[in-house]
Amino acid sequence: MSDPIVTIRGLHKRFGDNEVLRGIDLDIAEGEVVCLIGPSGSGKSTLLRCVNLLEPPTSGTVNAAGHDMTDPDVDIDAARRDIGMVFQHFNLFSHLSILDNVAIAPRRVLGRSRAEAEAEARRLLTEVGVEGKERARPAQLSGGQQQRVAIARALAMDPDLMLFDEPTSALDPELVGEVLSVMKGLAADGMTMLVVTHEMSFAREVADRVVFLDGGVVVEQGPPSRMLTEPETERAQSFLHRVLHPVD
Amino acid sequence: MASRERTGLTARQRRRLSRAVQYGVFAAAVIAVAALADWGRIADSFLRLDVAADMFPRVWTSFGNTVLYTLLAFVFGMLVGVPIALMRVSSLAAYRWFATVYVEVFRGLPALLVLFLVGFAVPQAFPGVTWPGGVYGQVAIGLGLTSSAYIAESVRAGIQAVPPGQVEAARSLGMSHTRTMITVVLPQALRIVVPPLTNELVLLTKDSSLVFVLGVTTATMELTKFARSELTSTANATPLLVGGLLYLLLTVPLSALARRLENKGDRR
Repeated sequence: MSDPIVTIRGLHKRFGDNEVLRGIDLDIAEGEVVCLIGPSGSGKSTLLRCVNLLEPPTSGTVNAAGHDMTDPDVDIDAARRDIGMVFQHFNLFSHLSILDNVAIAPRRVLGRSRAEAEAEARRLLTEVGVEGKERARPAQLSGGQQQRVAIARALAMDPDLMLFDEPTSALDPELVGEVLSVMKGLAADGMTMLVVTHEMSFAREVADRVVFLDGGVVVEQGPPSRMLTEPETERAQSFLHRVLHPVD
Repeated sequence: MASRERTGLTARQRRRLSRAVQYGVFAAAVIAVAALADWGRIADSFLRLDVAADMFPRVWTSFGNTVLYTLLAFVFGMLVGVPIALMRVSSLAAYRWFATVYVEVFRGLPALLVLFLVGFAVPQAFPGVTWPGGVYGQVAIGLGLTSSAYIAESVRAGIQAVPPGQVEAARSLGMSHTRTMITVVLPQALRIVVPPLTNELVLLTKDSSLVFVLGVTTATMELTKFARSELTSTANATPLLVGGLLYLLLTVPLSALARRLENKGDRR
C-alpha cells in the first residue's frame, strides 16, 4: 500500500471548555473511502473540518494531500486547492449562476481562462447529471441538484481528496439517492473520500472502512460488513441499534 | 355568541361600524382644514402660475446641480465608505478602531458643520491648499464624508449578513481571504445593501440643499438656493412650492425603486 494521503496524529480540538476531539489518530490511504459515523456531538464534523483547517486544531498534527496542515508556515490556500469539500447546506455562491459556481475557482484561483474553465465546468455538470441549468441561480434548483453542483464545484479544482460533511442530511428523502449515486460514481473512479454520514446503506455499499466516533475519540473501526452488523464495542452496538431501529 | 348579546352586533357589523367611524373622523378633519383656510391668500402666495412659469427654464440649471451634487457626494461616499466598511470587519484591531472612530465622528456631526469645515476651516488651516474641482470638489467631499459614514455602516451590515457558509465554501476552494472578499462576500453584500443605499441617495438629495453655505453663483446654485433667491426677488412663495415639487420628482421614484428592490430581495 502506498503512503497514506491523510495522516492524523493526536488531534485535539477544544471549543472553550468543551473538548470535542480528545486525541484522534487516523490514516486514510489513497483511493480509500472512509465513512465517519457516530452520535450527534461525537465530533465527526469537527474532525472533518480539522482536515482542511476550517477548524484549526487545538493540538496534534494533520497531514493531508501532501501538505502539513498543522505547520504554522503552511500555505493554507494551496493546500485547500487539493482538498475538496462538500457541505451539508451546499453553500453554493448565491449570486453566481450554476456555471459560474463551478468555473469561478479554477478561473480565480488557478488562473484558467474563462473558456477553458467553463468547458470543464460543463463537462463536470454533465457528469453529476445537472444539465441545461447553467444559467440558473442556485435557489432555482432542488436541494439534490444543488448538492450535485456543489460536488462538481469541488471537483473542478481537481482535488486529491474529497471531504463530505453530512452531504444528504439537509435533503428531502426522495432526493438523497441522486446525490449518493454521484458519490458512488466518484468512489468507483478511485477518489479518496472522507464522508461524515448517517446513510448506513451508503456506508455499507461504498465505504472501504467505517470509523465509529463517540465522545471525541475513535471507538472502533473496520470494514463495513463487520462494523454495520456486529461491531465489537458496546457503544457502537447501541448506536447502530438506535440508527437501524429508531422506533424500538 | 357572548359579544353579540352585549352589543347586539355581530363581529362583522362591529368591524363595519368601526371603519365608518374612522372614515368619518378623517373626512371631518379634511373639511375643517379646508373650511378654515383662506384659499385666496394661499393661492396668491403659493400658486402664482406666472411666477412659476417665470422660473423656467432657469430652474433646470439648479435642478441639474442638485442631481450632480447628490451623485458626486454619493460616489465619494461609496469610494470612502466601502473601504471603511472593510476596515470595520478587518482582523486588524487598528483598522477596526480607526473605522469605528471615523464612522462615529462623521455620523455624529451635522452635515452642515462638515460642509463648513471642508469649505472654510480646512482652507484656512492649510493656506494655499485648495480642493480639486472647486465647489464641486468641496461638495463631493463635504457631503460625501457624512454620507460615507452611513454607507460604511450599511455595507458593514451587508457584509455581516452574508452567510458564513459562503466564506467557508470559498476558502475551501483555495481562495485567499482577500479573493474571497472580492469574489464572494462583497458582491453579495452590495446586493443586500442596495435598498439602504437607495435610501441614502434620497437623504443625500435633500442634504444637497446645504451646499448654499459654500457660497454659490447662479451657475452652481442648487434647487433650494435657487428657490430662495426667486422667493426674494418675486416676494412670492410659489418658487418654494415649485422647488419642493422638483425634489419630489427625484425622491419619490428613488423611494419607489428602493421599495421594489427590497421586495425583490425578499423573494430571492
